[in-house]
Amino acid sequence: MLGKQKNRTPNSSPPAGRAEFAPNEVELAMLKEKALFSRLEAIRLIEIAKVGHYTSAFSAAELFASLYYGVMRLKPGEPNWAERDRFMMGKGHAAVGLFPILADLGFFPTEILDGYTRLGNPLGDHPDMRKVPGIDFSSGSIGHALSAGCGMALAGRILGKDFHTFVMIGDGELQEGQVWEAALFGAHNRLNRLIGIIDRNGYQLDGAVDDIITVEPIVDKWRSFGWETHVVDGHDVGAVTTLLRSLKADTARDRPVMVVAETVKGKGVSYMETEPGWHLGYLDPVDAERAIAEIKAMEIRG
Amino acid sequence: MNRPLSEKSWQYRQLNAQTPGLDALSDALLELVRSGEPVVAGTADLQYSNGLAKFARGCPERFVQFGISEQNMVSAAAGMAAVGLKPYVATFASFLALLCCEQIRMDVAYSALPVRLIGHHAGISLGFYGTSHHATEDLAIARSIAGLTVVAPADGAQLASVIAASANYAEPIYIRTQRGRDPVVYEAGKPFVFGKAIKHLDGKDLVIIACGSTVHPALQAAKALNAKGHSVGLLDMATVKPIDSEAILEAATNARMVLTVEEHNVLGGLGGAVAEVIAGEGLPVKLRRHGIHDEYSLIAPPTHLYAHYKLDSAGIEEIAAGLLA
Repeated sequence: MLGKQKNRTPNSSPPAGRAEFAPNEVELAMLKEKALFSRLEAIRLIEIAKVGHYTSAFSAAELFASLYYGVMRLKPGEPNWAERDRFMMGKGHAAVGLFPILADLGFFPTEILDGYTRLGNPLGDHPDMRKVPGIDFSSGSIGHALSAGCGMALAGRILGKDFHTFVMIGDGELQEGQVWEAALFGAHNRLNRLIGIIDRNGYQLDGAVDDIITVEPIVDKWRSFGWETHVVDGHDVGAVTTLLRSLKADTARDRPVMVVAETVKGKGVSYMETEPGWHLGYLDPVDAERAIAEIKAMEIRG
Repeated sequence: MNRPLSEKSWQYRQLNAQTPGLDALSDALLELVRSGEPVVAGTADLQYSNGLAKFARGCPERFVQFGISEQNMVSAAAGMAAVGLKPYVATFASFLALLCCEQIRMDVAYSALPVRLIGHHAGISLGFYGTSHHATEDLAIARSIAGLTVVAPADGAQLASVIAASANYAEPIYIRTQRGRDPVVYEAGKPFVFGKAIKHLDGKDLVIIACGSTVHPALQAAKALNAKGHSVGLLDMATVKPIDSEAILEAATNARMVLTVEEHNVLGGLGGAVAEVIAGEGLPVKLRRHGIHDEYSLIAPPTHLYAHYKLDSAGIEEIAAGLLA
């Protein structure tokens, strides 16, 4: 069907991010601040709902900040702009960390955040593309997003557009069979503007991913499926940004990319980092205050 | 010797040549492409079964082969639609509606994306391939998914009309078809209107409501009964959802009895939909739902099954005559 291109050497390890794409000091400080902002807002919104996915949002905070403030081509005033980069996440339950960013960028008024999950509000635990400007695809059922991303990337090629499609998936999500259907399809069709990101935070609802059904060796799996594969510290927002920008700029690539972002579930709040049961929960305001203080101190810890 | 000895031997890839009716889908889609529609067609390793092989030859740059990955196909079609393409994806109705039910709900219907899902070889039309390949639940499943339009064309010409009409239809659509071997009911080029039943015959004693594969035999049965002095009407309820309540009301007001005939479980499909309208309106009309009665079909060649389950013209006539007696 679609034009086949010649193979690169299989399993080659292309260079990670190029220095020329590294954010400067000012930008880096901004990106760090936006990641903290995402966490703090997630706590605020979950207080409204009285239950939420704190730790899933915290592990992805730097990834959200990097994508939305440092990597993606966007026009917040024109959410359906055809040339925009797309983002979707299989781990839709982390949306509580993304909604504040979309509001901050101007996709919708920040007051909408104040009614998070309340009757008639567009913002729920999972993102809805029909209700929330800036959400490129709805999710909630684990395992669909990479397939939808494949469709978007293929459609971009058919329509002659050069946007990139970013798909964040959870590491537990790799247990879904459909992910591997998409892995085959993306590689077969050489969807070179498709960039997957695995939020490798190590935990799912019932416990540690690799205790439940191991997904290792992750890197070897994606390489052997024909994806260019990179590993990055998912909380080093500078490294993430440098890598993702470099990947966008690599026009010679002939295959999709999977970035394994090594993250910590609950990153930023000590008692969440050591206790995976916080996948879903609620913080009493006393504990929320403590969490907020710890998150604010992250900036100092760096 | 690497060639069959007899000319009568044939292989799967020659199915199109054996079954000219299979061209309807590809021809209609190629026509849309020619008219400038951003159509893509996809299938999951069944291009010879649904005839999309012809589309793939005619328009390879718009054909997507998904392999045996039906769920990926449905979600990816939603992704393509989200970027502005009009995807038509086809596989056996059994796999499309049952295996991909959740992808259809979440990615296509809930997301309100104009994906066209073509579930072919529906009902028991795969005969002795067995229950894994039968779909007698797909109408019920598709009908219960909010935002999804459900149509069941009776023949290739009506399928072509549905495809042509779908170009400017905003909602996602589940299109239920047969094997491409349907006897002709419609002439080519008749415009299709979603949500509008097609009345073939008026009836004062009984109105038969059919869709898809049962339209042709039901029409034959009605004509035979009318020749014997009865007044039997026929409605083709080609759009099962949104159902044409007005047409049902009119039929049920003018006739004493209504008989639904479907190649589907009598629970939740066409019969269920008609029952909902009749009960909802409190109409004093006797309703008989005919189809597969909440069981798994036997295996046999399709025509043998239709005779066994009284879904051929003789069987439908027998069921209707029983009501008229």
